[in-house]
Amino acid sequence: MHTLADKPKLAFYWCAGCGGCEESIIDLAERLLSLHEKADIVFWPVALDARHRDVEALKDGEIDAVFINGAIRLDAHAKRVKLLRRKARLVLAHGTCAHMGGVIGLANLHSTRQMLECAYRQVPTLSDPNSPLPGDADKMPPEAPLLPDLLPAVLPLEKIIRVDAVIPGCPPPPETMDGVIEDIVHGHLPEKGTVFAHRKALCHECPLRSSKPEKIEITHFKRLFEIHWDPEVCFLSQGLICLGPVTRGGCKARCLQANMPCRGCFGPTEKVDDFGAGAMALIASMMAGKDESELLETVESIPDPAGLFYRYALAASFLGKGVLS
Amino acid sequence: METPPNIREVRVMCSGQVGPDMILKAFTAGADGVLILGCEPGGCHYREGNVHAIKRSLLVQAVFEQTPVHKKRVHLDWVSAGQGERYVQVANKMVASVRELGPLTADLQERGAHLGR
Amino acid sequence: MNRRILIDPITRLEGHGKIDIRLDDAGNVASVFFQVPDFKGFEKFCQGRAAEEMPTLTQKICGVCPTAHHIAGVKALDDLFGVTPPKAAQTIRELMHTAFIFEDHLLHFFYLGGPDILVNGAAQDKPCNVFAAVEEVGKAMGDRIIRIRKKVRALNALISGSALYPVCGLPGGVSKPVAQTSRERIVKTTAEALEVAIQVLNFFHEKVEHRQPFKQQHNDPNFSLQTYYMGLVDQKGHVTFYDGKLRVISPAGETFALFPAQAYLQHLKERTAAGTYMKPLYLKKIGWKGYTEGPDSGLYRVGPLARLNVAKGMSTPLAQLEYERLFNAVGEKPAHNTQLYHWARLIEVLYAAERMVALSHCDDLYDSRVRRLPTHSPSEGIGVCEAPRGTLIHHYQTDERAIVQRLNLLVATQNNAGAICLSVEKAARSLIRNGIVTDHLLHQVEMAYRAYDPCLACATH
Repeated sequence: MHTLADKPKLAFYWCAGCGGCEESIIDLAERLLSLHEKADIVFWPVALDARHRDVEALKDGEIDAVFINGAIRLDAHAKRVKLLRRKARLVLAHGTCAHMGGVIGLANLHSTRQMLECAYRQVPTLSDPNSPLPGDADKMPPEAPLLPDLLPAVLPLEKIIRVDAVIPGCPPPPETMDGVIEDIVHGHLPEKGTVFAHRKALCHECPLRSSKPEKIEITHFKRLFEIHWDPEVCFLSQGLICLGPVTRGGCKARCLQANMPCRGCFGPTEKVDDFGAGAMALIASMMAGKDESELLETVESIPDPAGLFYRYALAASFLGKGVLS
Repeated sequence: METPPNIREVRVMCSGQVGPDMILKAFTAGADGVLILGCEPGGCHYREGNVHAIKRSLLVQAVFEQTPVHKKRVHLDWVSAGQGERYVQVANKMVASVRELGPLTADLQERGAHLGR
Repeated sequence: MNRRILIDPITRLEGHGKIDIRLDDAGNVASVFFQVPDFKGFEKFCQGRAAEEMPTLTQKICGVCPTAHHIAGVKALDDLFGVTPPKAAQTIRELMHTAFIFEDHLLHFFYLGGPDILVNGAAQDKPCNVFAAVEEVGKAMGDRIIRIRKKVRALNALISGSALYPVCGLPGGVSKPVAQTSRERIVKTTAEALEVAIQVLNFFHEKVEHRQPFKQQHNDPNFSLQTYYMGLVDQKGHVTFYDGKLRVISPAGETFALFPAQAYLQHLKERTAAGTYMKPLYLKKIGWKGYTEGPDSGLYRVGPLARLNVAKGMSTPLAQLEYERLFNAVGEKPAHNTQLYHWARLIEVLYAAERMVALSHCDDLYDSRVRRLPTHSPSEGIGVCEAPRGTLIHHYQTDERAIVQRLNLLVATQNNAGAICLSVEKAARSLIRNGIVTDHLLHQVEMAYRAYDPCLACATH
């Protein structure tokens, strides 16, 4: 389908990302070299010298597929992804931040004012209430270019543009990236709405699944630094919170392989909209006892429920809409 | 006494059926508060559905406490089938409580409709 | 005619940035602004989080150097709880960290800034990128570098879950021991890493050091900055990545300060500047004197060249020979030319590989006692390590339930922020004259920051 003169055009872009999703592609290793033969990567700032103006010069729909990672944090991100949406036939939300906002969505528990005050005035190495803030127009040198502003809240990609497919994971496994890219390059485009992960929960691929009991009853949740646990036995049955039962599989249980519990980076299983709601239902179902005051103690044994249940998914939730300044 | 007009009733077979997802959906759909009414402990037709309701509401409130959404916007109470007067009392109390908190948008930022798609 | 040149975005580094150059009527540089348009606010939204989640939470600052954050974070937890990990855990963590630096430095050399000196793009009219770099070094060496990165990252996955997302760090140790059955594989991989490190350095000496553009640029004063330098040193004053004391030297090479990371607040300060989100760090005792160099400026540098400058040598034999070779070639110590970062980085690749080999033979590595439970109540902890790009400090304050109340993150490239801006300005001013602006000249301006291997998501967090 694709001849040398007609190589498919790909682009990889990052919004408020961390580079981890770029690494998930670089980890294609030698297969990245063969990708270079088969496709024309028109924009990938981490690895190539194409500039924004080169993308602007492309025709609408000229890019066959763009992989966008990172959450929408700045107004510039929103503008940039709208442009990429026009220039590309297919848009894939690459990684947890693009999918659900990612950990930086936890910023939505605070106002942007509070965030800026903390970083640019309050931290002990600064400790200056009169320090300028980055966006202070009156303090900016005249030659400074326009500084993008924080949006009132971090947003997942689909809140700004139409997303054709999602590759979950923080970051997604390189094997998954390889498969998705390879298919696209050979003209097998994903169906709209495809999520490149398992449909079922992580428990199905967890090495500890045979030790997961039918019924789990916990009166007091333990913290990871409080106990030694049995590495061959389900975390939940030992009173340690693991979000595997409410998280999509597809990662080969990589955290479990390191003897640590799942924190939900692949997002909710099919048909569940709000990851945190699913996590709350899971944990509630494991709480033992009937007495309200005892149950309250059980809840209080979880140190940071919002941070734990919504670590990756706050920006995609109603609870993560953002705070008035 | 009359039931306040701003209550939208959603009937379920048991308070134990009301999951955190339903609670959140109600807010997304426009509710400023969610009142869950079940049969009092010991009186559950399905044995322990109401205990599940307690567990969930405690957990949801613990999460809300960390977010801008006030935890009093979710409330679990016991009203059984024949307790008409008690129902009105509890409902009015909830409405007053939520009214005091203000609309949900008082807690939360609008998500920036101007960004659009 | 007031011309404006915009390099947007800057490329082949981690993170967002743009360089805005304004020319005056004569066509010379009037101003240069290096803007970092990125901010996430980890120092705020990590407040309220459970301390044990911090090593995996803070590593979301950067997916290129997650392991560095993981290590600094877990060391901060050790300090927070007042718990000393067993020897096996320290060894595992040091191997993980060293192996990570090995492959991350090679990432830079091959994929990011390295192509600038590997591929003489201007002369050959070629794009500068990893694909051109592979052509330049030849398929055999290209494959070897790509494969060893893959193997070393797989090794880290074995230890920590994933090179992309390590999870094994806990206060008082790590979550899982390294099995005896892995010994053979670890010994083999680290030995191969050493072979590749030697080959890469030899290639550098034969094919890069005396050829353009490196040949000219590493002697070019327009690419030099006389600054202070900072890095971790061990008890013998050698370069160390995992633990040690921070040593600061003056531009003339005299010891300016030597302190444990716990005392960082007495020595380091940061500031904000309107127009950019990156906060440069500077030496508190000297103060901020603007984007200037010299002994009166509080600007200092970190990272490979800085670490070699502050150290008395390398603790492994082959790296020590290369260290001596570099300073003999330069003729002075400290060395100030920024392009020497590329060379210093390869020496660190060699040191890392030698250290990995040594650790792979350590019986401690395979001991099953990898965790000690904390017994003290938590309150405050500071953890330090050398990330590939520079000194990294995590500082957490918690309540007695180990919920983070406040935190402070001093992240690698932030230490270089002032110097990066100055380097770019200096290069632009010297290269762009009389209104002549070419792609080749702008490429050289970009070389001024790429040598640092900046990580701007880290620098802004």
